[in-house]
Amino acid sequence: MLSFIARRLGLLIPTFFGVTLLTFALIRLIPGDPVEVMMGERRVDPEMHAQAMERLGLNKPLYAQYLDYIGKLAQGDLGESLRTRESVWSEFLTLFPATVELALAALLFAGTLGVLAGVIAALKRGSLFDHGVMGISLTGYSMPIFWWGLILIMFFSVGLGWTPVSGRIDLLYDIEPVTGFMLIDTLLSEEEGAFVDALRHLILPAIVLGTIPLAVIARMTRSAMLEVLREDYVRTARAKGLSPARVVFVHALRNALIPVLTVFGLQIGTLLAGAVLTETIFSWPGIGKWLIESIGARDYPVVQNGILLIACLVILVNFTVDILYGLANPRIRHQR
Amino acid sequence: MNTTTQPLRAEAPLAEPVALYPSPLKEFWQAFSRNKGAVGGLLFMLLVVFCALFAPWVAPHNPSEQYRDFLLTPPMWLEGGQAQFILGTDELGRDLLSRLIHGSRLSLLIGLSSVLLSLLPGILLGLVAGFFPRLLGPSIMRLMDIMLALPSLLLAVAIVAILGPGLNNTVFAIAIVHLPAYVRLTRAAVMGELNRDYVTAARLAGAGLPRLMFVTVLPNCMAPLIVQATMSFSSAILDAAALGFLGLGVQPPTPEWGTMLASARDYIERAWWVVSLPGLTILLSVLAINLMGDGLRDALDPKLKNAV
Repeated sequence: MLSFIARRLGLLIPTFFGVTLLTFALIRLIPGDPVEVMMGERRVDPEMHAQAMERLGLNKPLYAQYLDYIGKLAQGDLGESLRTRESVWSEFLTLFPATVELALAALLFAGTLGVLAGVIAALKRGSLFDHGVMGISLTGYSMPIFWWGLILIMFFSVGLGWTPVSGRIDLLYDIEPVTGFMLIDTLLSEEEGAFVDALRHLILPAIVLGTIPLAVIARMTRSAMLEVLREDYVRTARAKGLSPARVVFVHALRNALIPVLTVFGLQIGTLLAGAVLTETIFSWPGIGKWLIESIGARDYPVVQNGILLIACLVILVNFTVDILYGLANPRIRHQR
Repeated sequence: MNTTTQPLRAEAPLAEPVALYPSPLKEFWQAFSRNKGAVGGLLFMLLVVFCALFAPWVAPHNPSEQYRDFLLTPPMWLEGGQAQFILGTDELGRDLLSRLIHGSRLSLLIGLSSVLLSLLPGILLGLVAGFFPRLLGPSIMRLMDIMLALPSLLLAVAIVAILGPGLNNTVFAIAIVHLPAYVRLTRAAVMGELNRDYVTAARLAGAGLPRLMFVTVLPNCMAPLIVQATMSFSSAILDAAALGFLGLGVQPPTPEWGTMLASARDYIERAWWVVSLPGLTILLSVLAINLMGDGLRDALDPKLKNAV
């Protein structure tokens, strides 16, 4: 097992450097030079321009610039935002919990509903319910989620007035950010109604963000379940006279869930990408909205290192899923 | 299934001399048309393609003409609707149906060109990676893994953010994002084929590397690639619309489905049709292509039937 982890870790390092190379190159690909971009559209005095180039180390050869960049990263220096003058890292830390909260809520929604629908569809293979689930999940998979969000807002917020249109919490409440997770912070703050308000803000974005994972998980659970239900041990369990519920949920589902869990892990990337759209629609103050706003404001340090941070996150999640998968399935561990 | 029908056909060779085996095309169509959803998807896409090809003749109005007296007119079946604007008008008084029809041109164009732009280099890199498993292969695959570390839409957003918004950069960004899938798929298929006897035979017969790559091996790797091309066609349309929605794709006033949605956001309380219809068009087109993709997969590559 240790050698398996070591091998995976070994693969991680070149990937990490590759990503830094990518984010480094991204900034160099901007038409025009970074100093002109930073100083705005007005004409830049050549002397000041040269000074800025010198200060930022942009007059050095490319490999030296890259080494500088890596060196700064190693010291935990991710640069500062051009707009707020705050460090990119601290901005990321304040906004990140909001995205995690949203993503977890979406995964919870997609996971419970998706596994349940997938199991029932597999058990009633060929039935109307099965066809319905498969149809709906293909529709969900094809969904432009930015539109889906607008439709839900139009129906539930504007039409019925059940949920708020945007944000994480009503302005009436002054919540101390202790954990960064609004649901926990509102409980800690003991302000009346704050928790329910936060929950109502969370529901629609979570549904929107969870729609595509829901479709994928339902399809995956169904096909994994169909495969497992054919196995001998399921027949044996039935023959032993175990209750149908026990056979399905203990004997079959546990094995069917292994591939589904992998899909869960792979969906993290989809969730982060989806968060960009969902957060933009619902004005959810997370890293997705932060990134899009920074792009609009040409705040390149934020764009560059925000993307780097997200990529590292995805790499780490994939690594963890790999390791967990190796733990659950020895055959993977001993490959090659 | 064919084992029962073939003796029957063989008994009447005079009437139908060639029908001993159905032609590959006919066989494919039989398998494809068994999937009702796929046929439905195909029909819808044919309609969309027709609209895209003949947009100026199909569309009732010029997509950018502003009828100032008819701002936000509802669809014709609603109260206040006008017969000349079947699906109503947008905030500038432009005919929605005409804009949707012209938008189909753009979406199909982006889909098609980005698929081609990633399919061809993808196949080439995948073939190279499969044929040179020592040094070149692993380095190509490592590069693809790096690209896969970024969620697809984010990578596209990053590329467009740097290169600037617009049609060409949208196509380019989407093509780059889809490249790793083709490389991986081609390489996996090539690795599977390389040990087969027919490849060894071709090698022994003196086939050179280009011939081995493109004539011997590649045709046998096409099935999963065609399926993947269909699937990435639909996600290209989705990604292009998402970029347009974020203001990073095709710029207004060009009638692009995602861009239309972005400008419709402000009218969410008053005019449901400007919000609903462009998105519904995106959803239906993407759904139709995905249904077709399912049918293609069942017909071309039965092994993948249960994959997601």
